[in-house]
Amino acid sequence: MEGWRNPMDSNRINRRSLLGLIGAGMGAAALGACGDGGSTGPSGGTIRWWHIANTDPMKSQWATLAQQFEAARPGVKFEVTPLENDAFKTKLTTNVQAGDPPDIFHTWGGGVLGQQAEAGMAKDITQDIAPLKDSLIPAALDAYTINQRIYALPIDTGMVGFWYNKELFAAAGISAPPQTWSEFLDSVRKLKAAGIIPIALAGKEKWPGHYYWAYLAMRVAGVDALKRAAQDKDFTKPDFVTAGTRLKELVDLQPFQPGFLAAGYSASDGQAATMGNGKAAMELMGQWAPGVQKESSQGKQGLGDKLGFFPFPAVDGGKGPNTDIFGGGGGFAVGRKAPAEAVEFLKFLAQPENVRSYAKAGALLPVVKAAQDAVTEPHLKLVSQALAKGTGFQLFLDQAYAPAVGQQVNDSVAELMAGKASPEKVVKDITDAAKRG
Amino acid sequence: MRPSGAEPPRRRRDWRTIILFLAPALVMFGLLVLTPIVVAAYASFFNWNGFGTPTNFIGLDNFRRLIADEIFLGDLERTLLLIALSVAVQLPVALALAMLLNQPLRGRRVYRMLFFAPYVLSEVVTAILFTMIFSPNQGLANHVTRLIGLGDLGAVWLADTSTVMYSVFLVISWKYFGFHTILYLAGRQGIPAELHEAAALDGAGPWHAFRYVTLPLLGPTIRVSVFLSILGTIQLFDMVWVLTGGGPIRASETLAITMFQEGFKRFHVGYASAISMVIFLLSLLFGLLYQRFVLRRDLQGAITTMGDQR
Repeated sequence: MEGWRNPMDSNRINRRSLLGLIGAGMGAAALGACGDGGSTGPSGGTIRWWHIANTDPMKSQWATLAQQFEAARPGVKFEVTPLENDAFKTKLTTNVQAGDPPDIFHTWGGGVLGQQAEAGMAKDITQDIAPLKDSLIPAALDAYTINQRIYALPIDTGMVGFWYNKELFAAAGISAPPQTWSEFLDSVRKLKAAGIIPIALAGKEKWPGHYYWAYLAMRVAGVDALKRAAQDKDFTKPDFVTAGTRLKELVDLQPFQPGFLAAGYSASDGQAATMGNGKAAMELMGQWAPGVQKESSQGKQGLGDKLGFFPFPAVDGGKGPNTDIFGGGGGFAVGRKAPAEAVEFLKFLAQPENVRSYAKAGALLPVVKAAQDAVTEPHLKLVSQALAKGTGFQLFLDQAYAPAVGQQVNDSVAELMAGKASPEKVVKDITDAAKRG
Repeated sequence: MRPSGAEPPRRRRDWRTIILFLAPALVMFGLLVLTPIVVAAYASFFNWNGFGTPTNFIGLDNFRRLIADEIFLGDLERTLLLIALSVAVQLPVALALAMLLNQPLRGRRVYRMLFFAPYVLSEVVTAILFTMIFSPNQGLANHVTRLIGLGDLGAVWLADTSTVMYSVFLVISWKYFGFHTILYLAGRQGIPAELHEAAALDGAGPWHAFRYVTLPLLGPTIRVSVFLSILGTIQLFDMVWVLTGGGPIRASETLAITMFQEGFKRFHVGYASAISMVIFLLSLLFGLLYQRFVLRRDLQGAITTMGDQR
């Protein structure tokens, strides 16, 4: 196999350097045309940057920062590719498997980044990032640290919780957000009785559904048990079956919007639009939910003040408190062939004044301590307050685990929610996938 | 005539020209068609996650796992269902439309264009269009069913595991019936008018003329259209991927979607390669057998006149 890989690699390099030459030529021509031939810095080369902020405000924030860096470092040129979440995962997989990762790319850390690091596709940037550790909020680097080595710079943080429509809750006679699972089920019943769709869910995309099972597993079995299960590749403990049984209690109430199994997340008529248009009372979603609701709603208004947030309720008799947090943020990893400037750029992104400037856009919760005061968006503040009370943390299961296991969690939970799999089958299938690797 | 000695220089120059002109096509074919097939065949014997080079040789284990995999067996079942529906419903409808369009009809050209239009759209565009039409709450399909008193079928179109395949079939038919209609229409117009005149003189009614003159003479066209339809169904991917993502709960997964899921979502590249080999072999086997047993008569003329027997 070496035989056919190497020539292909060199082909690619040749093609790239050829393109680079053409690019440089065109750049020089452009410079000449502008009469700006004076600046001849070191040839920093092109930095290919793939991120998933395909909507504003972050899309233009990143573009601005890239331009600033280009201006400060003559010779550095960015080639920024903003991609939609799922499209990003597919495109990145293709490139990584072909041995050609982009120079800077979005990552959620966990098992997926671990696999990329193991394959030598993501650069070990411990030397550069470790000195920043004290400037970051606690545990910010955890998801990106694999075998004590750091493979990405964390950019934002967050958690999954219930976003709810205060007006609809009031209309159903629910005075305070539910604290326990039985109260939660009661609220769902009240909403249904009032003729309101209790929960919006994107069943076509399976990741929003897996939040329910993951949170229930954390509440029933506890964060540590969940982490141990991943290590032992054994999810068959009775507590995990109970998590499925609790979820089935909810599913049996038929709380989701009609046709939820075919609904996308940010598609028109999808989960975010259903919430944003006030057609459902709540959704279980991460810190980005208010922004996506607003973007997908009619008139791009969103719910504004009517939108509230409460943490996933505790389960009676469960081992995990309702302050344990499930979720995650994003970071940027550096591809194996990246120029040195790529790492420099990450450091540039972590500078407090830069963080403050993009944190003010109100689309993400920064991990840099000195920039926390820049979070003024009221919904993000709710998340930030809940995060501050956190007692334990679990990364999204479909990112924390190896891809095959994460996908199985998503698939199995989706089957349970469609009434096609029992809680026992869910844990068995996940265990089988974990053992197979 | 075989040349007795060395080839005359003119012949050799011809060869050089032939090779020169063939080379680009052969290189592209080798790199983009043959190499991937060989690599996939090789990878299908490994437990490999796609990173680096495959090292964990497991022989035929991937294939053994495949024949016990419920999802894979379901894929085969769904493929058969789609083939059956296409051959039993879509193609006859296309044939009927072709016969209609062959009649002296006012605005015939407009109809032909309208029926052919969906085929011009890409599969992805078609699928996005229909996700909007079948959208559970605001979709056009629901407005229509409400208007004609069928009530709200929103949760049925793409969101019900037992009906999703029929919705998928509806979309496939919408996109491809025009293509088959045009094929049939071309075939029908190739039938000399004298034959129908003769049949009419012999006292054959429209049905008999269709049954005993048109249909047999359309045979070659129909056989090719069935061939294309089945081959397309075995390899179905884009449209279903965008329309349903294979869901809900894998109820509309096709072979190619399972391959994609395993390769790109679960990083089981070895296993995905095994699936791709099965798709390849199924298509190849079907293609060969179909040509051998069904298309033989149609191809015979072409082949024999090309050869040196006549």
